Amino acid sequence: MANYSTSEFRGGLKIMLDGDPCNIIENEFVKPGKGQAFNRVKIRNLKTGRVLEKTFKSNETVPAADVVERELEYLYTDGAFWHFMDSDNYEQYQADAAAVGDAVKWLQAQDRCQVTLWNEAPILVEVPNFVVLQVTETDPGLKGDTSGGGGKPATLETGAVVRVPLFVQADERIKVDTRTGEYVGRVKD
Amino acid sequence: MLVASRTDWRPGATLPVMRARAQLLRRVRDFFAARDVLEVETPLLGRAFGTDPAIQPFVVREDTATWYLQSSPEFYMKRLLAADSGPIYQISKAFRQGEAGRRHNPEFTLLEWYRPGFSAVDLMDELADLMRYLLGTVLEVQNCPYAELFAQTLQLDIFAADAGALRDCAVAQQIPDAADLVLERDAWLDLLWAECIEPQLPPEQLTFVTDYPASQAALAELNAQDPRTAARFELYYAGLELANGFQELTDAAAQAARFNADNVQRQRAGQPILPLDTRFIAALQHGLPRCAGVAVGLDRVLLAQLELSSLDQVQTFATERA
Repeated sequence: MANYSTSEFRGGLKIMLDGDPCNIIENEFVKPGKGQAFNRVKIRNLKTGRVLEKTFKSNETVPAADVVERELEYLYTDGAFWHFMDSDNYEQYQADAAAVGDAVKWLQAQDRCQVTLWNEAPILVEVPNFVVLQVTETDPGLKGDTSGGGGKPATLETGAVVRVPLFVQADERIKVDTRTGEYVGRVKD
Repeated sequence: MLVASRTDWRPGATLPVMRARAQLLRRVRDFFAARDVLEVETPLLGRAFGTDPAIQPFVVREDTATWYLQSSPEFYMKRLLAADSGPIYQISKAFRQGEAGRRHNPEFTLLEWYRPGFSAVDLMDELADLMRYLLGTVLEVQNCPYAELFAQTLQLDIFAADAGALRDCAVAQQIPDAADLVLERDAWLDLLWAECIEPQLPPEQLTFVTDYPASQAALAELNAQDPRTAARFELYYAGLELANGFQELTDAAAQAARFNADNVQRQRAGQPILPLDTRFIAALQHGLPRCAGVAVGLDRVLLAQLELSSLDQVQTFATERA
């Protein structure tokens, strides 16, 4: 397995720390003029999602994490696992709840997700930035109100609840920003 | 074929920044011309390299020889001084392998000058004059001995504390991973300095940190009145380390002993042993006049002057763009 030296640290580099695959978020090189150099590094543990800070002596090496990112199609859930497929070779992968995390709120069949695989198993599922989902339940808005001010909660087909303008009705399809959980607009077919 | 992105051919520095750099260089030359200090040039490609364990060379290999891109023009300039050059300055590129970040670039611009007959204190005064001239502002000056900063900020007596006590202090200061790091004593001081002391130095004034511990003397003389410390100083301004200066060590035997000690430490750390610069030692044996010298990182001066945050903004093509 390859090693990375601190001089190769960049945002996005995947390394192994204490047995867990991690993603480097930020790396700062610190060195008093004639002294020892250090790297102050911000890291996300890809298994737990936790962000932590680490101090490395410069030129220390750490093992690379055998992590690959694939675009996979979401198929279905059996309650315990969420099943994905690589459309190129039809290979299937199952992700547990920890790997799916918050993405579960937005997942619907045929979504193309960015899935991080570690030793061939999914550890992180990222949904597209924007998804289109059907409203299954929301209070009927006041007739004639198109201002959109205030808004109301709406439950979507995946179970997620987002705030929508008063004019949005049940059975309509809406576009949502999955990064913020905010309503973007109505989608007319 | 390597496909570059469409914008990474562009310089990091904008045209106004490039003009500010040109003006900075002009002002440096005006300053020294008015003081009768001679501008000199020395090789970037040298046969030898400083042994400092914290500075790694770019090595250039030919079929028949090995060369080192210089990390500072210090040895050559001291050879000029030993040959009776009188006061000299140089603006040159310097190279340090592996130093890259917002405030570091492996290739950078150094202003270095030497003053025969000056003490470190005289040279600090001249450096403060230069900074006021370059930045065009009145700047307050404060001198802080290195050990006092540790005493005030961390209640630590650096002369009494061993590596274990320094480590305990780093752990108490909640420096990430302090408990797991394996460091030599001076590296613990460096870590505490970088994490706890440097960020607290007042940015609006010129702070001279003086009297570094003898273990970090580099090429400075030890202080006669307290040989636990060396006549080495650094200048901090706007949160940046801008300059490093010495009352220069003139004793050839002491210098050779320090080089050897550096190489012992290099060996312990698994770093390559570097050849001794015998011509430099010979110049010291011939006689280096009592002098003080200082090196100023001009890219960082520009960073402070323009209130920018990254060297990439003040260099046309920092190494990432080179």
